[in-house]
Amino acid sequence: MEETETGESIRRLDYEAKITGRAQYLADMKVPGMCHGKILRSPHPHARIRSLDTSKALSIRGVLAVLTRDDIVKDQGIDPYYGPVFKDQTIVAVEKVRHVGDPVAAVAALEPEAAEEALSRIEIDYEEMPAVLDVSEAMAKGAPLLHESVRMPPHGFADLAELKPVEGTNICTHFKLVKGDVEKGFAESDYIFEDTFTLPTTQHCSLEPHGCIASVERDGRIVVWSTTQNPFVVRTQLANIFKVSVSKVRIVVPYLGGGYGGKVYPKLEPLTVALARKARRPVRIVLSREEVFYTITKHAAVIRMKTGVKKDGTLVARQCEVLLDTGAYAEIGPRVAKKSGYTAAGPYKIPNVKIDSMSIYTNRPPAGAFRGFGVSQSAWAHESQMDVIAAALNMDPLEIRLKNGYEEGSEFVTGETLSSLGLKSCVEKVAAAIGWKEKRAAQPNGPVRRGKGIACMIKATITPSISCAVVKLNEDASATIYTGTVEMGQGSDTVLAQIVAREMGISAENIQVLGVDTDVAPYDLTTSSSRSTFHMGKAVQLAAQDLLNQLKQIVVQDYGVPPDQVKFSNGRVQFLETVLDYQEILFKRFGMQGGTLVGQGQVKTKVTHERGVKTTSSFWFLGAGAAEVEVDCETGKLRLVKYVTAVDVGKAINPLGCRQQLEGAAITGMGQALFEEIVFDNGQIVNPNFVDYVLPSLGDMPPSIEPILVEVPHLEGPFGAKGIGETALIPVAPAIANAIFDAVGVRIRDLPIKAEKIFLALEEAKKKL
Amino acid sequence: MKKQIHVRVNGLETELQVEPRMTLLEVVREQLGLTGAKLGCDIQVCGACTLLLNGKPVSACSVLAVDADGGDVLTIEGLAGQGSLHPLQEAFMEFGALQCGYCTSGFILTAKAMLEENPRPGEAEIRSYLAGNFCRCGCYQEIVQAIKRVAGR
Repeated sequence: MEETETGESIRRLDYEAKITGRAQYLADMKVPGMCHGKILRSPHPHARIRSLDTSKALSIRGVLAVLTRDDIVKDQGIDPYYGPVFKDQTIVAVEKVRHVGDPVAAVAALEPEAAEEALSRIEIDYEEMPAVLDVSEAMAKGAPLLHESVRMPPHGFADLAELKPVEGTNICTHFKLVKGDVEKGFAESDYIFEDTFTLPTTQHCSLEPHGCIASVERDGRIVVWSTTQNPFVVRTQLANIFKVSVSKVRIVVPYLGGGYGGKVYPKLEPLTVALARKARRPVRIVLSREEVFYTITKHAAVIRMKTGVKKDGTLVARQCEVLLDTGAYAEIGPRVAKKSGYTAAGPYKIPNVKIDSMSIYTNRPPAGAFRGFGVSQSAWAHESQMDVIAAALNMDPLEIRLKNGYEEGSEFVTGETLSSLGLKSCVEKVAAAIGWKEKRAAQPNGPVRRGKGIACMIKATITPSISCAVVKLNEDASATIYTGTVEMGQGSDTVLAQIVAREMGISAENIQVLGVDTDVAPYDLTTSSSRSTFHMGKAVQLAAQDLLNQLKQIVVQDYGVPPDQVKFSNGRVQFLETVLDYQEILFKRFGMQGGTLVGQGQVKTKVTHERGVKTTSSFWFLGAGAAEVEVDCETGKLRLVKYVTAVDVGKAINPLGCRQQLEGAAITGMGQALFEEIVFDNGQIVNPNFVDYVLPSLGDMPPSIEPILVEVPHLEGPFGAKGIGETALIPVAPAIANAIFDAVGVRIRDLPIKAEKIFLALEEAKKKL
Repeated sequence: MKKQIHVRVNGLETELQVEPRMTLLEVVREQLGLTGAKLGCDIQVCGACTLLLNGKPVSACSVLAVDADGGDVLTIEGLAGQGSLHPLQEAFMEFGALQCGYCTSGFILTAKAMLEENPRPGEAEIRSYLAGNFCRCGCYQEIVQAIKRVAGR
């Protein structure tokens, strides 16, 4: 192909709608006959429900229905239990509530105010129970149990089949990975380092809150409009809950106002459908900001890391224990723990590794997917400890990473061989951009000290997984793309159009990417795990190739040309002395201006078992970050001077889009590193709002954030592209902590890095002098 | 008890019957169907609901509609001219100053108000003036670049 648009920063297809205020998001939609739903939530972290009385609520004017456990346990048409991994959630609480904010009842009313009023009239008699409010309480001997037993789904996720709750404990899942013999490795080491690192619970804070509109038609068909990142998983879950085939469930997804992992797996949908079913009208529920904080969070973690090294900095053994607070329900915590575990030892060649990664039930709101998916937790530990080791050995932090870092052909912890690995290139590029070599420049006068820090990462994508796509070639040679990939800001619509445009030699402007509707789009597992460009990108590329093959067949059949004489170039077909465009070929086939060709593509990644070695990931995320900071020794105040992020993108389909993803992920990483933290008091969130839970704003930005795209193509990605959405977030916190150590010699082990923590660490250090 | 108010919305004289408790955001979104401004935090922190009231940026989630009586309201839907976008809209697209788009209306209207106060702001002023608008996708650098481009004209 000569003129291509792939690799070009074309204007995004979603921009015109978004820039004029016309783009529709869930809360902008109205459905005829729609009423409003509100949810009554538990005020207790753990309590049995003795009784519920809804009579006063039902007497409020405008109230159409009140949904409680009585409606879901007695109804033969409903299985009240659901959950993506274990069926440990119920539509509303049945026997007990397990966290503050757990849904207990819901009201549908003509006006939101009537629904609100009705909530306050529902009378509930709770019997409070002892609660476990963090991981250590949950793991203590004799701790009260969140779930006495857990129901398993009929068909679970293939990658999580071996993970089960540990009976009689609050351990939701325990993922183990062993390579070599760590005890032998520690015995062979010259030095051993043991450190514990922690991260608090945080929240995604999409500016758009979760919302759902559900309608149950007279024939039992369920139609749902939802802010979901994985409509097909929601479809399956709703089909199971309401005991219908998936063909009777339709999920439509408008533009999302941000997702970041907070909108994967069922959230509001089961409750909204149940309420709509009872109210016999379409119901809309849009969460308040406070409710969002109680709906889903990012796992808090405690990570213990023990590492044995040789005098020259060679890593010999590493033992990692990752404890993730998964809250009251498993949600997708088991996979978070697994992904966190896989790469908990970091992107390093280590002969002896032992990893234990657990998701643990506590009486806190459920934790689930968050951009970085468990790896931003484990990387905080391994990248901080790399600098602890470097400092003790008097080594350069850059050198110890380059010395031990994975490279093409390295053996991963599982034994599989790693390929398409731009790790060292990322590390070297951020080091050059931050001026690593000049890092020992003179410190400024006064109390302010400058420092630089570096960190890197590796992460797996969800494997096995499926993406199917259909591309329609219309009679005027324009194309329409049907996929289940959700445009949530990451630019997927544009990238998918660019891939089809390049493959077919047509302009991306003549391609329409349809919004997600499960009635029309073929199956896609999920828009998460940074997987869409790689998987769905490949699926639409295959669908485009299918169309080209069909065009070729038409030329062969209708023009009598031998197949090897047919060539494609720039949206035209050449054979013998003839050049035709697609429109002419379609006209020839259909005999008039009309007709459609339908191309399809399927991508199915699998876990292979070769010589006893499992593959873990269809591709790897690799990246590095470098920070330059100023620390005021008198106050602990930190100023981020510069941040550089480099990510192996495989091949940039839309370079501007890639830079947006890198910068955006880095900025979220800055929030997580410096100030984001959900504060709990007896299971209650103290700061469920944007005044007390601080998000990064323009005022917090360093003068420069520099994104660097490293291109090490992947053979199976479309034009070599890999996924990049999460990568840049992961190194931020350790890079900043390492820069602080470089500046003032104190090691922060607990996020977020607030000024008072630096100040107290400096005071502590002074005492030791 | 509903109250009648009179507002000019995007240049159109409009009579509205509103409950005294209703916010300007609710009225604009629900009664007028202008949904470009979004509810984000509901406590005037995030900037997603920003509208221009008499040329000044306000958090419409926290302004009572009755207090806007007699006022002039501009929403993102009223920003583009006939057949042409506002230079800020063009610049936001050119520099990639948005991803999910939920904050975009608020940023553009705030930037418009700033440029009316000061047509040639420096980078520091841009950063400070827009520090009350959140972009969770993290397009801050592109937003600053886009506004600088328009400010330079």
